[in-house]
Amino acid sequence: MYVAVKGGEKAIDAAHALLKHVRRGDTSIADLSVAQIREQLALAVDRVMGEGSLFDPDLAALAIKQARGDLIEAAFLVRAFRTTLPRFGASEPIDTADMEIERRISATFKDLPGGQVLGPTFDYTHRLIDFLLEAGVAPPAPPQAPVPVQAASPRVTDLLAGDDLIEQSPVGAPGQDVGDLTRDPLNFPAGRDLRLQNLARGDEGFLLALGYSTQRGYGRTHPFAGEIRFGSVELELFVEDLGFDVPLGDIDVTECQMINQFKGSHSEAPRFTRGYGLVFGQAERKAMAMALVDRALRARELGEIPEGNQAAPAQDEEFVLSHSDNIQSTGFVEHLKLPHYVDFQAELVLLRRLQAERAAQQSGQDASVQPVREAAE
Amino acid sequence: MSITYNFAYLDEQTKRMIRRAILKAIAIPGYQVPFASREMPMPYGWGTGGVQVTAAILGPQDVLKVIDQGADDTTNAVSIRRFFETTAGVRTTTHTGEATVIQTRHRIPELTLQAGQTLVYQVPIPEPLRFLEPRETETRTLHALADYGLMHVKLYEDIAHHGHIATTYAYPVTVAGRYVMDPSPIPKFDNPKMHNSAALQLFGAGREKRIYAIPPYTTVVPLDFEDHPFEPTRFGQPCDLCASTTSYLDEVVLDDRGKRMFVCSDTDHCEERRSAGHRGRLLGSAPEALGVGPRS
Repeated sequence: MYVAVKGGEKAIDAAHALLKHVRRGDTSIADLSVAQIREQLALAVDRVMGEGSLFDPDLAALAIKQARGDLIEAAFLVRAFRTTLPRFGASEPIDTADMEIERRISATFKDLPGGQVLGPTFDYTHRLIDFLLEAGVAPPAPPQAPVPVQAASPRVTDLLAGDDLIEQSPVGAPGQDVGDLTRDPLNFPAGRDLRLQNLARGDEGFLLALGYSTQRGYGRTHPFAGEIRFGSVELELFVEDLGFDVPLGDIDVTECQMINQFKGSHSEAPRFTRGYGLVFGQAERKAMAMALVDRALRARELGEIPEGNQAAPAQDEEFVLSHSDNIQSTGFVEHLKLPHYVDFQAELVLLRRLQAERAAQQSGQDASVQPVREAAE
Repeated sequence: MSITYNFAYLDEQTKRMIRRAILKAIAIPGYQVPFASREMPMPYGWGTGGVQVTAAILGPQDVLKVIDQGADDTTNAVSIRRFFETTAGVRTTTHTGEATVIQTRHRIPELTLQAGQTLVYQVPIPEPLRFLEPRETETRTLHALADYGLMHVKLYEDIAHHGHIATTYAYPVTVAGRYVMDPSPIPKFDNPKMHNSAALQLFGAGREKRIYAIPPYTTVVPLDFEDHPFEPTRFGQPCDLCASTTSYLDEVVLDDRGKRMFVCSDTDHCEERRSAGHRGRLLGSAPEALGVGPRS
């Protein structure tokens, strides 16, 4: 009974109590610990950290438990926590070339300094349900790498840049503030810092679909997966009082660098262009999609949209950046559950009036002489 | 992990940032001021803009009223009122006359607001031109040039199609003769209450990161045409509970054979009238869920 939204205070309490009960499920089944989620649902934890925009595996695992496995709800919990945290400063840029690599592949070179490191991946597995897992068979011991992973694996794009085959990365501007879209409203056109921030916390499914659309011709960018790497990097903070960088700890990130179609002009030699993706944790699909969309969003900058032509969805900055955030999307879509009966009533009144006028006209009366008054008047 | 939150949840720096946006909004009536909307512990689209505005202006002495669809006891109003009871510990009320800050979704109270009161609207889409032009970059230019032809064409097309302006809520208004403003999805019935109101009216859109305002005693004029003047929605019948003939009514479906009753959407207004002795046609036989009992 929808009228029950009136006097809803007790109903809300009861609903929330029921939710807590249902969340736990059958109490004869062992309770799931946060540590179990963190260790065994690690990719869900990574996704929640990425879209929740906060690197904290324990908090993300707790959020997943509280949200009953609804990852967008979990990311929302993490976001609402994150927003209350004080900002001490911005870390120094992480150096992914210095990453402690767990996985590193390039689709553009058969072999390269540092080698191809498959690491833990679903790639090349046969997607057959593993019933042994249900039986609780212990996993095999981790295989040892035949040769130790080289400490320094230069980025593929740096190798290409050394030969001037790819555009240079924009030069860093030390001392210049990096935008923060959680602290300033996003305006268009957005700088690349804000664009990358937006994409890094954007919804994986949304970016995946947009990236896919560029592969199917809606803003094609001819991408090659130059490199995907996953591992841990050290975070450092420059402390003014001390005058040097202080290590804060390690975070896991996945980085994807797409190498895209080249273009030249009278003044410039043709070079490959870049699309960039960087996400917390192991989130390869998201990092790749992000790199595709980042590159697609450079279409105007690179003069790829002919004058008078409409941009493809993935090339349309305002469209992409305004709709990538799943916390915003889910909030607004789901707000349709809230009562709207005041506005609906206003529509009902008008609709009845229009129908009455139409009926009056059809029955031969002259509605303009004898205007039908509003319904129920 | 034990966390204590600041008074009214938001930290003081954030409140200062929001207050600056509010001051700018008051200085430029009807203009949408971008602000660094925070993530709130409730979903976007459920009042995060209004909640942030309220949190930024609320002081310990304030008395807060929260309504949704005109009612104090709709679920989301209950949730938001509780949020401030918990985080700010301010006194709350259902009496319109007693409140210093009223946060609302979709309605303006029937009781005329007084100087010193602030009405905070929750806004889903702050841009009145949004459904005519989806791009923010374009609409900001249109506002800058006061180019509102699109909106007039839309209203004209309504008249051409239906014989009436078919906008019944979120009916656009011109504020202080300059900016066209979306009054949030209040029914057009409420539009006249915004004009020259003694109260300060603040509008917060959290997801869209905009704040705008109507200072007290500001002209607010609904868009219309000379030969098709603005007409507020009228109900040809009184409230079935309190017999009010001047209030906005909700329609309550009583059975599946077309039986309906009409009741005040503003529950406080309805209760005040009933306790003053006014009796509607169906007061004795109203469904229990309407909570029409002796006043607590």
